[in-house]
Formats: sequence, C-alpha cells, structure tokens
Amino acid sequence: MGLAKRIIPCLDVDNGRVVKGVRFVELRDAGDPVEIAQRYNDAGADELTFLDITASSDERATMLHVVEEVASRVFIPLTVGGGIRNISDIRRMLNAGADKVGINTAAVANPEFVKEAAERFGSQCIVVAVDAKQIPPQPSLFKGGIPRWQVFTHGGRKTTGIDVIEWARKMTAYGAGEILLTSMDRDGTKSGFDIALTRAVSEAVSVPVIASGGVGNLDHLVAGILEGKADAVLAASIFHFGEYTIAQAKQRMAECGIEVRV
Amino acid sequence: MNDVAVIDYGMGNLRSVAKALEHVAQKDTRVVVSNDPQQIMNAARVVFPGQGAMRDCMKELQRLELDAVVRECVKSKPFLGICMGMQVLLDSSEENNGWPGLGIVQGKVLRFADNMTDATGARLKVPHMGWNQVRQARAHALWQDIPDQSRFYFVHSYYAQPSDHNLVAGLTSYPTEFTSVIARDNVFAVQFHPEKSERHGLALLSNFLHWNGAV
Repeated sequence: MGLAKRIIPCLDVDNGRVVKGVRFVELRDAGDPVEIAQRYNDAGADELTFLDITASSDERATMLHVVEEVASRVFIPLTVGGGIRNISDIRRMLNAGADKVGINTAAVANPEFVKEAAERFGSQCIVVAVDAKQIPPQPSLFKGGIPRWQVFTHGGRKTTGIDVIEWARKMTAYGAGEILLTSMDRDGTKSGFDIALTRAVSEAVSVPVIASGGVGNLDHLVAGILEGKADAVLAASIFHFGEYTIAQAKQRMAECGIEVRV
Repeated sequence: MNDVAVIDYGMGNLRSVAKALEHVAQKDTRVVVSNDPQQIMNAARVVFPGQGAMRDCMKELQRLELDAVVRECVKSKPFLGICMGMQVLLDSSEENNGWPGLGIVQGKVLRFADNMTDATGARLKVPHMGWNQVRQARAHALWQDIPDQSRFYFVHSYYAQPSDHNLVAGLTSYPTEFTSVIARDNVFAVQFHPEKSERHGLALLSNFLHWNGAV
C-alpha cells in the first residue's frame, strides 16, 4: 500500500472548447470543457491536463475563464499547458484555479524562466513538458548503439539539438517539480509509449515523470509504469472516444500489481 | 453568521481552497479570503493554506503581521492548516538550510531522503506527489464519513514530525510512515490537499465547517 500511479486524461482546448473530438456516450455537448472535466472526475481520473492550443492572445482570456469554471466544480489537480511564457501567465493561471502549469517552448528559449518560476511559485506547480524525438546514431554522437533523443519544440516541428536526458536533469535542477515527457515518434500512433525513452528519463531524474504519446490500449499504460518506470500516464484518444473507461484502465493496472486509486 | 476566513499571505492556491469550501458550505456560511487581521479574528473558523518554502512563508506572515493572528486563532477557533499551513506550525524546518516556524506545535519539519525505494526496489520520487493513503491514527470529528485508509492528494518534499506522538491523527507511508495529520484541541492540520482530494477531501472540509473545535 502506498502512493498510487496516476491516470491523467489530456484535453486540447481551442477558443474555450475541447477539440480533437471527445465522444462520451450520453453527453449532450461533447465540446464543453466543464462537462467533460466533470465526467472524467466522476469516472475516477486522478488529475486533468488542459492543453491550450489557441493561437491568438485574445483567446487566452477564454482559457482563463475555462480554468475558473472547471476549478470551481472539479476538485482534483488541474494542469494547464500551452502558451505559458512569463511569470504573469503563471500567476493568472494559478489565480484562475490551476494547480500546475506546463512549460515547454519558453523553457527552451530561456531556461532561467523555469528557475524563476519555481522560486516564485514553488516547484510543486512547475511541470516542464518535454517533446522528445529519437535521433539516428551519428558517428560523432554514437555511443555504442544506445538510443538518444533530442528536445523538440513547436509541437515537434523545431529541433533544438538538446539531449533529452541532459535537459530533464537540468530542468529538475532548475526547480521543475515534474516532467511531462511526450514521445513525438509515438504520439498519435497508438503503438505504445517509447519505453526506452520513458525509462531513461525516469531513472535520470528525482522528480515524477508523466509518460505521454502513443497509448493505444490498456497494456500500453501498464508497460509505461512497469517497464518505463513512469509515475503517471497521460492519454487522450483512448478515453475520449470511449474505447476504454478510466475504471477499466485502473482495473487492468491493478491486475498487473500496480497501485491505483479506486 | 458562520464566516470562515482563508488566510491570504500570498502563498499558493488560495483560490482552490476557497472554491472547495464554497462548494461544501451551507447558505449561511460566508467564505472570505483575507489578509486583514481583524477580519480573520472575527471569523468563526480559520483555514490556513500554503505552498512554497518555509522561509518565504514565514517572511510573508511576519511582513503582513499575520503570525500574531495565527497564534491567537489557534488558541480558540476551529483551525485547519493545509500543507505549508501545517508545516509552519512547527518549531523549525530543514528547508532553506534550517528556518524557524511559528512553534505552535513542538517538533521539526524534515526532508524526505534521497534515493528512497519501495518494497520492490523501485525508486521513490521527491516531491511525494499524487494520491496516497491516510491511516487514521485516532478518532476525530473531522474523520466523520471518511473511511480509514482513504486516499488524498499530496505534493510535498518535507513532512512534519511532532515531538508529541499523541498529536498524530493520521499517518501515511512513503516508504515508512510519516505524520500526515496533526490534531490538538481545536487545531487540525493536514499535509495533503483536501481541496484537491475529490470526495474525501470535500467531506473533510465539510466536517470542518461543522466542527465546534472539540475533539
């Protein structure tokens, strides 16, 4: 008995609406963030992550409103990522009711921002999101065939040349309280987490690691924890489209000896 | 009038705490988030939340002259400390190379060891983050309708160790047991976040709003 591994549904929000299609049976309006958050809460989700994919700054005010609405009705931890660029962005999100913010591109552009944010608000609310892609072994980088990954930004479109393991260590040293690790190679493929990547990062840092990218079935969640050594698993489509429920996921995890909250 | 004051000293997720209290409060209960000593003193009950580091918390409490208010409130009113609002009650913390707390509860605040492992040999991360169980070490009005060993949401790297074991009202394993709840007279203090702990957390807040401060 002890700390449970967490299941975290991730919702993409554009201009105040959940997009990428969430199809709950019996849900009147599948795009309403509050209704969907409530539904996941009732289903036993351990946390929720909202990814703000809104392009314009005008629409960011809408996101604040969404967070306020969700936070006044759903009482589990809430992380908001996307477009967090400065200290006042963080303050606004926390004041609206978010518990943690996810920082990605802004951390790469200015690592000191993470340090400043952790000092100001505490490590417990600073999640550094890392988008990782495996790179082919090159003669200069080749280390006996050990796989290597680089940090990408802008939704996996821009390479940074930064090694993922070194980056995760650095961000932890700078005060990140958690790492949200997404495999760009696996994202959307439904072929399972990049286990080698997840395990390498989880073993490299002292803080919790959330595995993300590639979940297609419940055994993938189990593998992310037992083989990837992740502390939490994040998934989108398998839950949104009703392929599996959170309860089914927890049952499978429990059957495999993983501690879960029921 | 049944006001509950949430002490606002600029640290952490006050809004979440206030929203959760409002969610469970009855119509005659007003939730006020305040740093005004008089308003806090006038409230029927007080919630003392907090996140961040010991040094910053103490400095802000002192700057706003709220340390004296807390000392006064713990003498009589139903008082609920949450997370850093629990740790600050003790004598001192290892955080920030050692920093004094309010000394309301005798004892220390210690950091989880590095390189802890569970029974299977898996590494235990710090911060201790997520849903863990609370063993109810003794009966208390605030445990009403909450099953023993229920899970609550934790996020912290330090934990309280009161000198007097009789004050321990809840214990949590990570990997050995640490004090996750302290209770003394009208004071109840929790390391976890009831405002983020779904039904059991809301039940605890509701119990607090009905509590007269008697054990």
